[in-house]
Amino acid sequence: MRGSNSRDVSVVGCGMTKFGRHDDKTLIDLMVESSLRALEDAGASEKNVDAVYAASMLAGELNNRVAIGSALVDQLALIPAAADRIENGPASGGSAIKNAYCGIACGMYDTVLVTGGEKMRHVPGETITDYIATMTNIEAEYVHGVTLPSLAGMLTRLYMERYGLTEEDLARVAVKNHLNGSKNPYAHIQQPIALEGIYGSPEAEVNNPMIADPIRMYHCCPVTDGAASVLLCATEKAKEFTDTPIRIAGIGQATDKMAVQDRKDPAVLEALRVSAAQAFKMSKTTPQDMSLAELHDAFTILEIVESEDAGFFKKGAGSKALRDGVTALEGRLPINPSGGLKARGHPVGATGVAQVVELTWQLRGEADKRQVKNAKRGFSCNLGGFANNILAFVLERS
Amino acid sequence: MKGRVTYRGEFPVSEDIESILGVDWDVPKKPYPAKTVLLPTGERMVIREAAREEAPKILQAITPLLTVSRDFYDIVAARQYAELLGWYRRRVRNEFCLVGIVDGKLAGIVNSRAYDQKTHISYHTIALKRGARVGAHLFAAKHEHSMETLGAEEILVTAESPIGFRRWIVEWGLQVKPGVQHELGGVKTWVITRDIYNKVKPRLVMGSRPVPEDLLKRSATFEIAPLDWVSKE
Repeated sequence: MRGSNSRDVSVVGCGMTKFGRHDDKTLIDLMVESSLRALEDAGASEKNVDAVYAASMLAGELNNRVAIGSALVDQLALIPAAADRIENGPASGGSAIKNAYCGIACGMYDTVLVTGGEKMRHVPGETITDYIATMTNIEAEYVHGVTLPSLAGMLTRLYMERYGLTEEDLARVAVKNHLNGSKNPYAHIQQPIALEGIYGSPEAEVNNPMIADPIRMYHCCPVTDGAASVLLCATEKAKEFTDTPIRIAGIGQATDKMAVQDRKDPAVLEALRVSAAQAFKMSKTTPQDMSLAELHDAFTILEIVESEDAGFFKKGAGSKALRDGVTALEGRLPINPSGGLKARGHPVGATGVAQVVELTWQLRGEADKRQVKNAKRGFSCNLGGFANNILAFVLERS
Repeated sequence: MKGRVTYRGEFPVSEDIESILGVDWDVPKKPYPAKTVLLPTGERMVIREAAREEAPKILQAITPLLTVSRDFYDIVAARQYAELLGWYRRRVRNEFCLVGIVDGKLAGIVNSRAYDQKTHISYHTIALKRGARVGAHLFAAKHEHSMETLGAEEILVTAESPIGFRRWIVEWGLQVKPGVQHELGGVKTWVITRDIYNKVKPRLVMGSRPVPEDLLKRSATFEIAPLDWVSKE
């Protein structure tokens, strides 16, 4: 946890590529593009960057690239800035931000560029699913054919039995997030969908086919290419870059058993409970103080479970909040105004950074058609594994 | 009269040679009854049979895809272009084409042909409107036409793209038909038997009839929307 001598850290610049399919660009091209946008946003030059943390889960496996931190520094002409690659599964982006925060807070650096990126769409879906599944417990899960959709399917079934969650609830998350994504020019999917188109009509069986019972296609995020970047700076120096620094007020990180079957309660994301509590404690806030949240909805079930285990709603009440419109863009607590992983997309290594980019835009009041009114504080959580390594962030307007 | 020249559209044809080369339907033909399907977007797509006279406009819609290598669009588009051109210029026997129209815009195209009354041959499926399961509904519709309107007993199918393989061969649970080469060449030939069709129909063949009059009228013609997804996705 934060020491008494540590420095405050703020986001002073941010940028993203459009998320989607980028056949004509390499992973490094994407990461350079988002990095340049963040540097430009901050008005920073190469002299301002002390270190670069590059986050990617599968750069080596899918793009035949390692040492991407070094490549990024070189391409951005940031030499001799320090450079590292951070890999923590789909939480790589969140981990990179945490490590950048630590580097600045301890006084080692003043400014750190964090860029998360992934290029995945050129690889067949089956191969991607297999690579992603390697982050499960190899002996207890992977060798038996467990995939992330199958784990989400089992969690959903348990939630249905225990809390009365319905398939309609899962569809409603997708409808909400697609609508939000349609207002986000950076989103992979910018097409609204209708509830009856994916649930309850005869055509829904074709439109929304089963993936891992009871998880259907529209309950899953797409496979996405893209990159996102933030420039972090010691808050005491933030005014050198911007009049609207966004302070990282709280960070938490916690882990849980790799194998879901070994957890105390498989319907509880304990690592989220711990990491969110850490982030709220550090920021001296509560879930009720948040204006919005960016949650890791790789599957729509996760948005509902996370909204409860992060402390926004009591256990089992997340789906009611959804149905009541509480989590809609105009609701009391908008969740995933960006469209979330469901519609903005999920280039795995970029996601944790993209969530912080969205919070930054929202807190600056720059989110255009998806702007949350009077946004003062925002929460994000970035999941690694099937929720066995989770980072939580609280950001606020300085 | 020998040597007489007539015009088919703008093309001059010699009628005596054309009587040798030109083909049409030689098995009983019935029109496909139009239907609507609900898309994930909440829009209603009208699926109806295309008239031969509409072929030039359909070809115009396919043309931009001839150079899109992604997802094998170029191969599928080039082949479908040739098939529909052949249909229009009477060089492919017993061919039919169905179109999907959403809000007055062409959303997708499918075509097949009857080898004979019993055996039909599935040609190609192209979705111009992406991410809305247009292809899945159109693919089902053309087999509905073969099986239910035209009375086929089996439909030969092959796949050229991974998406096609997953959507058609795997999702429909098709069987390999040994010793038969699909006329598109390529890999194995799979078959939709009447049993398979009847089995998948409740799950995969959707649609409502009759089409409301206003919607049918609106879908009598179509516009070609720009393929913005080619650069957007």
